[in-house]
Amino acid sequence: MKGVLAVAMKELRQIRRDRRSLLILLLIPLFFLFLFGYALNFDIRHVTLGVQDRDQSADSRALVAAFSRSAYFDQVATIEHERDISDLMNRGSARAILVIPEGYARRIGRHEPVDVQILLNGDNANTATTVLGYVNGVLTEATAGLNVKANASTIGVASRVWYNPELRSALFLVPGLIAYIATISAVVSTSLSIVREKESGTIEQIRMAPISTLAYILGKTLPYLVIAQTSAFLIIFAAMSLFGLPMRGDWFTLFIVVGVFLLGGLGTGLLVSTVAETQQIALQASMLLAFLPVFMLSGFIFPIASMPVVLQYVTTVVPAKYFLIALRGVVLKGVGLSEVIAPLTALAIFATAVVGLSALRLSRR
Amino acid sequence: MTEAALAGPPVIHVEHLSRVFGAFKAVDDVTFDVRRGEVFGFLGSNGAGKSTTIRMLCGLLAPSSGRAAVDGIDVGRDPEGVKRRIGYMSQRFSLYELLTVEQNIEFYAGLYGLTGERLARRRKFALEIGGLAGRERELAKNLSGGWKQRLALGCALLHEPPILFLDEPTGGVDPVSRREFWRLIDDLSAAGTTVLVTTHYLDEAERCDRVAIMHVGKLAALGTIAELKSMFADRPILEVRGPDPVGLMAWLDKSPLIEKTSLFGTAVHAVLKTAATPVEQLSRALADAGRQVESVTPVVPSLEDVFLDVVDRLGQGAAA
Repeated sequence: MKGVLAVAMKELRQIRRDRRSLLILLLIPLFFLFLFGYALNFDIRHVTLGVQDRDQSADSRALVAAFSRSAYFDQVATIEHERDISDLMNRGSARAILVIPEGYARRIGRHEPVDVQILLNGDNANTATTVLGYVNGVLTEATAGLNVKANASTIGVASRVWYNPELRSALFLVPGLIAYIATISAVVSTSLSIVREKESGTIEQIRMAPISTLAYILGKTLPYLVIAQTSAFLIIFAAMSLFGLPMRGDWFTLFIVVGVFLLGGLGTGLLVSTVAETQQIALQASMLLAFLPVFMLSGFIFPIASMPVVLQYVTTVVPAKYFLIALRGVVLKGVGLSEVIAPLTALAIFATAVVGLSALRLSRR
Repeated sequence: MTEAALAGPPVIHVEHLSRVFGAFKAVDDVTFDVRRGEVFGFLGSNGAGKSTTIRMLCGLLAPSSGRAAVDGIDVGRDPEGVKRRIGYMSQRFSLYELLTVEQNIEFYAGLYGLTGERLARRRKFALEIGGLAGRERELAKNLSGGWKQRLALGCALLHEPPILFLDEPTGGVDPVSRREFWRLIDDLSAAGTTVLVTTHYLDEAERCDRVAIMHVGKLAALGTIAELKSMFADRPILEVRGPDPVGLMAWLDKSPLIEKTSLFGTAVHAVLKTAATPVEQLSRALADAGRQVESVTPVVPSLEDVFLDVVDRLGQGAAA
């Protein structure tokens, strides 16, 4: 245990003197959050809208106003002639065209159903689907007050989305970003710290000392756990103030979940350091290890349920998957420790496995 | 080294020690003993197996076969026990550049569990050996080679090990610092510390009590400097100087009087086949052949002569 303390103390002193690296460990994650947080956004605002109002009535103008009022649409053109429609769409000046037919006000006045036409740019299927959703939303709201005779046989659906009522993609993406950023800083910190000792030859001196590999590894990991935990909570706070990430669960559970996840990341860094001989290789390996599984296989962006079966099996060894389940659970659903015990156990198993494996590899003679 | 210490049991006992890496035999059936207080040198070119041997003796590398005991402890069975009894310093001086002198000492003391009064005493010792009293707060990276080397030595000696391993300890250090360093080694040896040192500097090997010459993993020769040089007792070495040393060497190689030759700077060292051959006979033979020669003088064999001879003979043995 004295060895652990000596190594940890030395590590902290080194970090303190190496201000630049410390700043990088603490601030790069924040920078990443800004970068990805604003770039990775599936929400669509200010859809360019062209309007052809063939009715030119008070009611039709009210409908156009409903579109303009919503934050989703910006009316960019008023269309007189039919041929202008294809022109606007072809040039990309408008992503959506609203055509209000003649007789719109008359039918509304008679409380009869009436169809309006929406033309959508479908070059990005995702965007088109989202815009269609907005159109329906605006139309539903606009027609609510019109007292159109409802067909008696229609089953109305009153839908309500839990946890993310506005379906903001940020709430879905930011936990994934936190996982990605935390993984990078954790993996990089331990791998670089050990490979640096390989490069300077000091690791040889430590091997010659009567200190167990486990004590060495613990002494190496603990200071970085503190730093990584600090950095992770910095980005969690930033995500809350910048992207409106809620905190519905309790901080203690969050602390535990983040801590165990980071331990796995730090362990992965140790494992990298047993293979890499130079800091450059360690850095590249760490980035790759953090990037690929977290982005592709954790359910960060691509839902695991829609992956090929083989890949779904692969995801069972991706710690970020369990972290995301637990993190989304705590911050979005407000669940407590007892509800995240399963993913937490998976994370703990992963952390123990990688730390144990690197201890084995480091102590091999 | 005192005579009494020489009489004691060996501090390091090595028996048929081998280590293979795949198909490569890094250390091949090496056997020797080191006595308490001895300065024991390992001489050999790069890749001769010196460092691998030291790493096995430090408990860092498990032997493939054979056994070795350090201070009575088997290195294969109890490497941790060995580590507590040895100090180790390598060419790279293994200091933390971003830590101060004092913090480096504290760290290594912490690894060996030094506390309280003992820590204070050994800390003082390490600062003295490094000549760094008053410079405790300087960063290690700002020290020059010689200071770093002595601080590293101080750190390696913090836990008062009876045995000290030095793996090419003077690499990258200026000649004055090298001399000072060897004076420290002599002091340690006089105080009873056994020192095992690898080097490829022949002048450093000359300062050792005994030298083991390693070549391609094998122990090629072992003995005091005088013992090693005695292999030339019945084969005198003549130094031949002339304007064309390479041509001279070629001619000497063909002479029936000469066993072998080697080039020493601008002179040729020629080993006579027997001590019975007078110097004049060779001079005459050279003159008869019309070779231009400035001087032919008998010389005392140097360690380099010994080294080349040993390596040569091992090579012939392997070819036979």
